[in-house]
Amino acid sequence: MSAAASAGLFSRYGRRKLVNYVFVTLASMATAVAIAALVMILASLIMKGFGGINAEIFRADTPGGGGDLGTGGLRNAIVGSVMLCAMGMVIAVVIGILAGTWLAEYGDGNRLAGFVRFLNDVLLSAPSILIGLFGYELVVLPMHGGSALAGAIALAILTTPVVTRTTEDILRLQSNQLREAGMALGAGKGLVIRAIIWRASRTGLVTGGLLGFARMSGESAPLVFTNAGNQFFSWNVLGATASLPMTIFYFALSADENWQRLAWVAALLISVAVLSANIIGRALARGSQHK
Amino acid sequence: MAEAAIAPAGETAPQVKDLRGISRAGRNDAIFHALCLSAAMLLMATLAGLLISLIIGGWPALSHFGLKFFFSSAWDPVADDYGAAGPIVGTLITAFLSMLFALPLAIGIAVFLVEFCPKSIERWVAMAVELLAGIPSIVYGMWGLFVLGPWFNDHVILPLRLAAEPGSFLEKFLGNASSGSNIFTASVILAIMVLPFIATVFRELLLSVPTYVREAAYGMGCTPFEVVSNIMLPYIRKSAIGAVMLGLGRALGETMAVTFIIGNSHAFPTSIFDSGSTIASTIANEFAEATTDMHVSALVALGLVLFAITFTTLAVARLLLGKEKA
Repeated sequence: MSAAASAGLFSRYGRRKLVNYVFVTLASMATAVAIAALVMILASLIMKGFGGINAEIFRADTPGGGGDLGTGGLRNAIVGSVMLCAMGMVIAVVIGILAGTWLAEYGDGNRLAGFVRFLNDVLLSAPSILIGLFGYELVVLPMHGGSALAGAIALAILTTPVVTRTTEDILRLQSNQLREAGMALGAGKGLVIRAIIWRASRTGLVTGGLLGFARMSGESAPLVFTNAGNQFFSWNVLGATASLPMTIFYFALSADENWQRLAWVAALLISVAVLSANIIGRALARGSQHK
Repeated sequence: MAEAAIAPAGETAPQVKDLRGISRAGRNDAIFHALCLSAAMLLMATLAGLLISLIIGGWPALSHFGLKFFFSSAWDPVADDYGAAGPIVGTLITAFLSMLFALPLAIGIAVFLVEFCPKSIERWVAMAVELLAGIPSIVYGMWGLFVLGPWFNDHVILPLRLAAEPGSFLEKFLGNASSGSNIFTASVILAIMVLPFIATVFRELLLSVPTYVREAAYGMGCTPFEVVSNIMLPYIRKSAIGAVMLGLGRALGETMAVTFIIGNSHAFPTSIFDSGSTIASTIANEFAEATTDMHVSALVALGLVLFAITFTTLAVARLLLGKEKA
């Protein structure tokens, strides 16, 4: 290609070749920039996060400020995060799958369904901070204080659109013959959906859940409003709990070196959880498409 | 099974009026349908509730300050005087700058993946781009705060400041830049965050261009550049604008990453190297510490402004993209 470019810079053909050569280079460089960004971010995560990991991380709770470097852990934050995500996922999966089923199975040719689908798509990309504000007005104000339950509800609102969207897409992939065969056996529409269509799309539904989990577990903005952070270990659903994203938010912005170390460890833990959920989800989706 | 055998087949079955005549399976179907419907309605109610709660919460501030709320850049919790001009402008500038950085890169990546990428590495490159989308925003924030910010300060701001003559254009351009936490670096982080979303949609759009259109263009002797710029990009123009708006919607509402790195100053920004604030970062920073009712209300009113901006952007994006894509 370079030979052609130098053959005649002023000929029309040479100029077109040259422009094309520059274009290919620029496009490749754009890709290189994106990959470089990914590598740099992962590299600093691993370098700063792995160094801080010790057995204490999983055994001890978050320390007070000014502790010696290497003391304290993230036990309360990890438990809090798991609790928040578990509750949020239950709500999001139940509502998301039902809503997605309605859109895919009952919503054809229905104006209302088109409208719901549109709103769901908007909600899907709505700023998480607004959902946090909503959770505050909806749950925290009436209950007079932030709680794990309020945080889970906010996270569920954030995640439900993801699950709804994937559920609808997956159910639409099932062929109509499956539905017709079920009905020919005398099953009602609801039974067909539950016993045949859901079962056939099991992998896809799991994928939707995993992608939803990936979105949920890294989110921190809604928790600022709904789950007034807590330094202590707690299983109390109606009380405030610690969580990994909130811990990062407070510890990273502090000047305390030990806190900053824990923030990096927490960031590494979250990233590993989110990225593996993402990878597994996408691998499952790809696998089921090939069948 | 006997009951299933006499169940009405789908929705075309005649309605059984007699209560005792309805089979259990038929009743289950009706309940199931109602459950699905109510789940979908719940989604709709959520969005409506979101809007209503923002209006109710923000009304005291909006009615008290009136139009001044949008044009004043006073933000003084002590005097309870609030104007949102700083955060609103900060939001628009960071979102616009980030799109400026991200758009050429996203087009480049999508074109590279569709046209030039060797098949053997295509999957891995696409995967890397997807992973970039998966990194939590708070991790982007930390990276910006601890890695990008300091680097930018040491290698860009300080040398420029040393090189700037007093009173020169460059000095004015630098403004009060004093650290790596400023509007510019926040935009860079935002650009990296929205990049994978736009690139992925662009890639799908480019793949949706019919093969015969591309082949016809190649057959006429077009170079790959001419095929992409004259044939493929015009072909997907409308949906591409939708994809850009979708990225813009994300950039406008992004919270945590921006909160970490924008410097959080409410003054009206005079340079892109000034520290600033966005609507989202202001809310995230101050909500927990807001003590007066007016302060809370002003923050919720900011949220309402953000809702209006992002909802419009996202709605336009979805309409342009059509319901099938993205």
